[in-house]
Amino acid sequence: MASHGIKDRVAIVGMGCTRFAEHWDSGADELLLSATGEAFTAGGVTKEQIDAYWLGTAQSGMSGITLARPLELEGKPVTRVENYCATGSEALRQAAYAVASGAYDIAMAVGVEKVKDSGYQGLNAFPIPGDGTARTVTAAAMFSMVVPAYGAKYGVAPQEMREVLARIASKNHANGARNPKAQFRKEWPVEKLLAMPRVAGELSVFDCAGVADGAAAAIVVRAEDALGYTDKPLYIKALSLVAGNGLPLGDPAYDYTTFPEIVAAAEDAYRQAGIADPRRELAMAEVHDCFTPTELVLMEDLGFCERGKAWQDVLSGAFDLDGELPVNPDGGLKSFGHPVGASGLRMMYEAWLQLRGEAPAERRIGTFGERDLALTHNLGGYPGEMVGFVSVLGTRLG
Amino acid sequence: MRGILGWGVHLPYRRLDRTAIAPVAGTGGGTGTRAVASYDEDTTTMGVAAALAALGREAGGEDRGVRGSHTSGSQASASQTIRTLWFATTAPAYQDRTNATALHAALRLPRTTPAYDATGAVRSTTAALDAALSAAGTGTHLVVASDLRTGRPGSADEAAGGDAAAALLIGDEAPETPVLAELTARAGVTEEFLDRWRAPGDQTSKTWEDRFGETRYTTVAIEAWNGLLTAAGLTPDAIDVLVIAGTHERAAKSVLKKTGVPASRLHDPFAATVGNTGAAHPALLMASALEGAQPHQSIALLILADGADAFLWRTTEALAAHRPARPVAEQLAQSGSVTYGRYLAWRGFLPVEPPRRPEPARTSASAAARATDWKFALVGTRSDDGDAVHLPPSPFDPTPHPAATAEGTIVTFTVDRLAYSPSPPVVFAVVDFDGGGRLPLELTDVDAGEVAIGLRVEATFRRLSSADGIHNYFWKARPVRRLDQRDH
Repeated sequence: MASHGIKDRVAIVGMGCTRFAEHWDSGADELLLSATGEAFTAGGVTKEQIDAYWLGTAQSGMSGITLARPLELEGKPVTRVENYCATGSEALRQAAYAVASGAYDIAMAVGVEKVKDSGYQGLNAFPIPGDGTARTVTAAAMFSMVVPAYGAKYGVAPQEMREVLARIASKNHANGARNPKAQFRKEWPVEKLLAMPRVAGELSVFDCAGVADGAAAAIVVRAEDALGYTDKPLYIKALSLVAGNGLPLGDPAYDYTTFPEIVAAAEDAYRQAGIADPRRELAMAEVHDCFTPTELVLMEDLGFCERGKAWQDVLSGAFDLDGELPVNPDGGLKSFGHPVGASGLRMMYEAWLQLRGEAPAERRIGTFGERDLALTHNLGGYPGEMVGFVSVLGTRLG
Repeated sequence: MRGILGWGVHLPYRRLDRTAIAPVAGTGGGTGTRAVASYDEDTTTMGVAAALAALGREAGGEDRGVRGSHTSGSQASASQTIRTLWFATTAPAYQDRTNATALHAALRLPRTTPAYDATGAVRSTTAALDAALSAAGTGTHLVVASDLRTGRPGSADEAAGGDAAAALLIGDEAPETPVLAELTARAGVTEEFLDRWRAPGDQTSKTWEDRFGETRYTTVAIEAWNGLLTAAGLTPDAIDVLVIAGTHERAAKSVLKKTGVPASRLHDPFAATVGNTGAAHPALLMASALEGAQPHQSIALLILADGADAFLWRTTEALAAHRPARPVAEQLAQSGSVTYGRYLAWRGFLPVEPPRRPEPARTSASAAARATDWKFALVGTRSDDGDAVHLPPSPFDPTPHPAATAEGTIVTFTVDRLAYSPSPPVVFAVVDFDGGGRLPLELTDVDAGEVAIGLRVEATFRRLSSADGIHNYFWKARPVRRLDQRDH
């Protein structure tokens, strides 16, 4: 029993990503056509040349027909996958493993979510018939419990915690302001963020990811074939996924300052990729900043800093665009919103742009040219009951 | 000898100040307060709380048996001795199905113990009580009376009513279960006359002109009263405590004057504090009277509802040693206020804008049926090595772990202003229970500002939501509130 990974066996050779926004004029069909169209162009292939498709969507459609119908695919295997908010990453993982297995030469992973047709605010899960005893609080409320727990454990005063969280939001908005595909393109200074009213625990609306529609797509081929499609492929170094069992929720030892599923997924991914010091080896990281305290804890769970130190690194700018390890250079969920099925692939899209030197100068990571590995991290669920995904991508084999 | 073996009361935490009514409604109100069931309470949930107390189970304690002495563990619990469960109310959560089965599940009564509703009228409580008292030799009956009294905004019923539940444990004398108050005489009169009525489906009642009801009730009540004294061979001065519960306030006052019992011996009708709790009122006042009584006293209970019913009780020596769970006096003192606007919203008279989130889906009947012990009685499991308690239950654990009467401590909490709730915001906390086990769950009977890490809480059975007419019952937690600081 082992998690061997598929390091350097599969490469991404084309990607596409829509703007993430309230697309009142587009449904899931239009978003899918847009993202896949851009990816086909980037990879220089047609839809007929793709052997198999994986579609990630949490609740914008069921079955592979959700993709096959708008693209008018003929006789293609299309699989719809869902894994909470890590759905987009899961689609890429399935497509990559299918190519690595030798079953297909070329596969596409697509993620889409049409969120803004629900008529409600925020993300709302499909009701599954149940006994009525499941929790009904929002994700914001569940993640807000991290704030007092972290502050108490590491001796960070409440006001200081608020500043740390505002600093995270401010950084991601600054990056998003430089990204034409982001939903929100305005900078938010820390002082303004501190003045926002609270909606869940200590969190204001500006501590929460936006709500947007969007789609993203990636074409994967065997690594040895990659240069036939592009001269700058992204090689998959690691793909790791852990589905939590919910037991931490009922475990008196769980203290809401760490996400065990993420720690496990990161360890597995670093082993697959052969990474010993992520903070110094990675050129950038795209992480799942669904809420500002989530990003804070992720810095520690992903091994970017010591336990209890992330808040200091946040304040000193270690994760800024020009910092030691740029985190969420595209603006993150904070600026992009979170179309559930698309977010994981949107993160990879930023790695695709940054590592290939295609990000615009005003958004270029300070590590460009020195390092060539990117991490994407995607999660779904709550503290204590979470699906965690970590990938590592790179421009060089070996 | 058959009589009362125990009792339990649930007064909702909230009180409405009657002076708050008229400024909004333009009429009505008055002085004093009335008890108000929370938005997540109904007659079933209040009944569960009262019944648990009657069985000697209060939060923080093991099941104490009907005497208040500790029994060995939950399997030997008082609930196992219940042979019949009666549930009386004018405001059933459901029609065309039994509500008492939810209490049966929450109390974990034996499958062979029947659970019956007696619903529709205030006099339904008398019916249940009569059935239980008449069933000598058939074991212990638990009579749960619960009511939610409403009236149109500004009405007399709105101001005078109150919400509460009270349960009386009725049975024969036995070494383990001594009778605390023996029934020594019983009399009653039935008469058809229209004083108050409610068409099926209506939320509030209407009443006939006051004086007619007063006249009829006074007549039938004195007829029943005289019948009681004759049956007992007593004169009015032998009555130590007179309890009058009735649907007609003025008639109750007139009747008192004609009973011959000094007004000083009338038990407080709780009009100024709780209000008239309808079907629950006879059991509530009786419980309170017993808490204040000495051994070897005579207590007369007179109920005015579609006729009149009179019961005479004689307290026994065993009463002196009885320590009720959740005394009425304690619950009278421990209360929080509710604004008139929020009260109107809770009762559906003021439909306020809900959060922009989907309303909860209806509960699956079959899924709920598979999880009855967890959903209705908060029964988790304990691991093989006994070290870990799992809430909800784990399929890998061998032992059920009832947590409904456990107290716990808040580990962390949050206030959710985004989640759907019939009464936002949702206050949500992670609770570590004393007997083991952690459960994140919603808090109730609490103001967001009074929640803190370390706060002591107890589990409470509530109605989380309703959809498609299906009520979703489950447990929440609420602060432990006691007059004294008993250790736990």
